[in-house]
Amino acid sequence: MTVASKERKLTIARAMAEAIAQEMRIDERVFVMGEDIGPLGGVFGNTRGLYDEFGAERVRDTPISETAFMGAAVGAASDGMRPIVELMFVDFFGVCFDAIYNLMAKNTYFAGGEVQVPVVLMTSTGGGYSDAGQHSQCLHATFAHLPGMKVVAPSNAYDAKGLMTAAIRDNNPVIFMFHKALQGMGWLGTEKDAIVHVPEEAYEVPIGKAAVVREGSDVTIVGITSGVHHGLKAARRLAERGVSAEVLDLRSLVPLDRESIIASVRKTGRLIVVDEDYHSYGMSGEIISSVVEQGVPLRAAPQRVAYPDIPIPFTRPMEQWALPSADKIVTAFEKMTSH
Amino acid sequence: MKPSKEQQLWMYEHMLVSRYFEESIEKIYMEGKSPAFNMANGPIPGEMHLSNGQEPCAVGVCAHLEPSDIVTSTHRPHHVAIAKGVDLDRMAAEIFGKKTGLSGGRGGHMHIFDPKVNFSCSGIIAQGMGPAVGAALSRQMQRKDGVAVAFLGEGAANQGAFHESLNLAAVWKLPVIFVIEDNAWGISVAKRASTAIERNDQRAAAYGMPGHFVPGNDPLAVYEVAGEAIARARRGEGPTLIEIETYRLAGHFMGDAEGYRPEGEKDALFARDPIPKMREHLKANEGWSDADDAALVELTRSRVDAAIAFARDSAYPEPEEALEKVFV
Repeated sequence: MTVASKERKLTIARAMAEAIAQEMRIDERVFVMGEDIGPLGGVFGNTRGLYDEFGAERVRDTPISETAFMGAAVGAASDGMRPIVELMFVDFFGVCFDAIYNLMAKNTYFAGGEVQVPVVLMTSTGGGYSDAGQHSQCLHATFAHLPGMKVVAPSNAYDAKGLMTAAIRDNNPVIFMFHKALQGMGWLGTEKDAIVHVPEEAYEVPIGKAAVVREGSDVTIVGITSGVHHGLKAARRLAERGVSAEVLDLRSLVPLDRESIIASVRKTGRLIVVDEDYHSYGMSGEIISSVVEQGVPLRAAPQRVAYPDIPIPFTRPMEQWALPSADKIVTAFEKMTSH
Repeated sequence: MKPSKEQQLWMYEHMLVSRYFEESIEKIYMEGKSPAFNMANGPIPGEMHLSNGQEPCAVGVCAHLEPSDIVTSTHRPHHVAIAKGVDLDRMAAEIFGKKTGLSGGRGGHMHIFDPKVNFSCSGIIAQGMGPAVGAALSRQMQRKDGVAVAFLGEGAANQGAFHESLNLAAVWKLPVIFVIEDNAWGISVAKRASTAIERNDQRAAAYGMPGHFVPGNDPLAVYEVAGEAIARARRGEGPTLIEIETYRLAGHFMGDAEGYRPEGEKDALFARDPIPKMREHLKANEGWSDADDAALVELTRSRVDAAIAFARDSAYPEPEEALEKVFV
């Protein structure tokens, strides 16, 4: 009971807002801008309370002008500020990507390291609630593919707070992807395992470091955000059959913690990658080739459970059929072990 | 606000440096590119966009700026960089791709960054505007002096970034000035064929900010209009849009045959070359002598020659250095 009373369970949304508030209190250069992040507190709740505490100058609602305010984030960061900017849905990157991949990601390089661009770009990902093909994508690989940006994506509130703190303190651009279904907003469905104990004081979760969230010896399941939760559910299912699955939460896509992935697969000899982003040319292929390139001995061909190469369909039967799931992971494992 | 003699001479000097710099680059660019023109060959490979003729835009605006003020420029950045005080040696070395260049050869001619004087540019049309708005926001939020100036071409006025940036700057009343260098051509497409209105300064009205048009590629007229806009921004009264009629005496890039230009256009433009005009103005009104002029020309040439020599003599970076400076 005493342990329970010390528990301070937060949603990812609240953990993100808490990290931002704590950094804003100690660093005047930190400010937030984006659409509906002011009095509304963010469409996904991750700036709730900030406007009341810090006011309209440091928590500023923007016009619906992603190109302008994303470019402005680059200019403000290069001039000594530390902007946190929200792209409401990652799907909207199409209207402002030049500012992201041609400016934010490259200006440090073009300046030979003499210009810093400490922007945190936070953006929502993921589907599962019938929002169709322009509001449900993950696009992990799109951002991770292009050099010059760090990319993080938490699966739970503890990591969300620690990664946000680390991202704000980082002198490089950091893309912070949060999955809508893990956000703890009731109207999007809530993954209970994402709501975990979060210490009150500020702390960092290191960018570029994966976490073993469940230890095992027969198969390594690698995932990020929703994929981690599918992996954990599958691992519990496999445990009932006496299979010991290890689940690795990448937490960061860039830098990618290849060492932890390889160490785990060396131990288990089997690899399943779970990704809600598209199947081809993506994170799943990258992880599998990273393992194969190192010549890690494998007991079976690696498998991926990823989104089919189709625009995300609206209707519930189609969308739910296409999404990764614990069932699909179990099936993949069965395929690996059937002789 | 008329420029003093000293300010006029500053403008003239920087026009001379810029023009001779471009003429030098133009010659060296062709080394190794004949008889067959291959952009990848020679001491200066890649695309090259020269600013010959557009010097009045740069000097008329930058005459009002401090090193702490911010400038973002375009794919055609040399004249603006020179007027903003970018290190000429390191800029030349960057254009040659040398280790001593501003970024050690990572950026090249379209990606000139000199944080000591707050200069940067982007090779993508209109995309320097958002960063200028953001730098202005930074100064406003920090209660720090300084204005931001975004240079752009007339073709950029048809980009979404142009309209979004003007609106955002106006909504937040930011100390930023948008300067359109209207050289009449977006590569081969004439302004009248691409733009629904004749003059882009009229677009300022849509965003509730002052708009000014400066005809005649005249550095003194640019100086006056820019001075007013920059002073207004420094007073905290918000952004201004300026369109300057200017001329591109070179092609869009080196290798451009310029077949799109009407017969005789180039000759007419050269007849209105702003540098001889400025020289005549100084002689007629400011007691500028032939001897003064010869001495200044000599001085500016030796400065450019020294920068080019520095670039030529500098070593290339080690190839593996390409892997550095992605993150800091």
